Amino acid sequence: MKHFYKILSVILILYTLSWGLVNPVPRLDILNETIRNVYYHVPVWFAMLFMMSISLIYSVRTLGNNKMVHDSKAFNAAIVGFFFSIPGLLTGSLWAKFTWGTWWTFQDPKLNGVAISILIYLAYFFLRSAIDDEMKRARIAAVYNIFAFVMMNVFIMILPRLTDSLHPGNGGNPAFAKYDLDDNMRLIFYPAVIGWILFSYWFFEIKNRISAIEKNLYD
Amino acid sequence: MIKRLSILLMILASAVVNAQNTTSPQMADTFRSNGKIYVVIGVIAIIFLSIVCFLVYLERKLSRTEKRMQGLGNTQKNRVTDTSQGL
Repeated sequence: MKHFYKILSVILILYTLSWGLVNPVPRLDILNETIRNVYYHVPVWFAMLFMMSISLIYSVRTLGNNKMVHDSKAFNAAIVGFFFSIPGLLTGSLWAKFTWGTWWTFQDPKLNGVAISILIYLAYFFLRSAIDDEMKRARIAAVYNIFAFVMMNVFIMILPRLTDSLHPGNGGNPAFAKYDLDDNMRLIFYPAVIGWILFSYWFFEIKNRISAIEKNLYD
Repeated sequence: MIKRLSILLMILASAVVNAQNTTSPQMADTFRSNGKIYVVIGVIAIIFLSIVCFLVYLERKLSRTEKRMQGLGNTQKNRVTDTSQGL
């Protein structure tokens, strides 16, 4: 049935929300219990990356066959991804306040990278609103989307790993995977990633249906 | 000789170190031991399920609108705005 993935996502997220608070985790200084944020903060960012990849795919398809439906899907995916970055930022900021001692810092390359990526995608939305002709908008925005996706990956995934960072997995720190993300945590972390990705796809599908209805109404 | 003495001295010195952290990191064991953690879980589950209910409501409304649009057909697009759905 076509709603299966939605139910699955709700079940998975409920599972991580409930079991994630009681399962045994490594006892570490500074982090203490906040290590459980890994189950919530990280999957939301994964969902954003997933949505941006979907946006990239539909952008490429737009360039390939010039169909407006692909362009609107690319736009919707970017919107959903952008909105998933907001809880990612807020949760990360709250977590940082109590572990790193500050809400934000410009010293951390991943935070800078995330800020830049968000500005890049904001520019994508502004670019779309600046062009009136439908076909032109679709093609130009699709090209920009491809660049935006590449740059986002560079700023979020590549650059932070090349330099020092407090973010686990980047810089000189062994990734969470090495000794913090032990098997107990993996049991919850992987389903959380899958659950939140599927959940974001639900938002994407709803947005697509709204776009289709609006297109029918106003064409 | 000096080497052995210094090694012995270092081993003895480990008996008087005071600046090391001997207590394990503080965790939320209290909440878990007196069962209150399940209250927290319940609260979070309620919040999340409310959000999911809102999503399901959106879905149903969308399906209704789509069916209505199919029923009216594409030739009567201008009349679509007549159909009021209340809330």
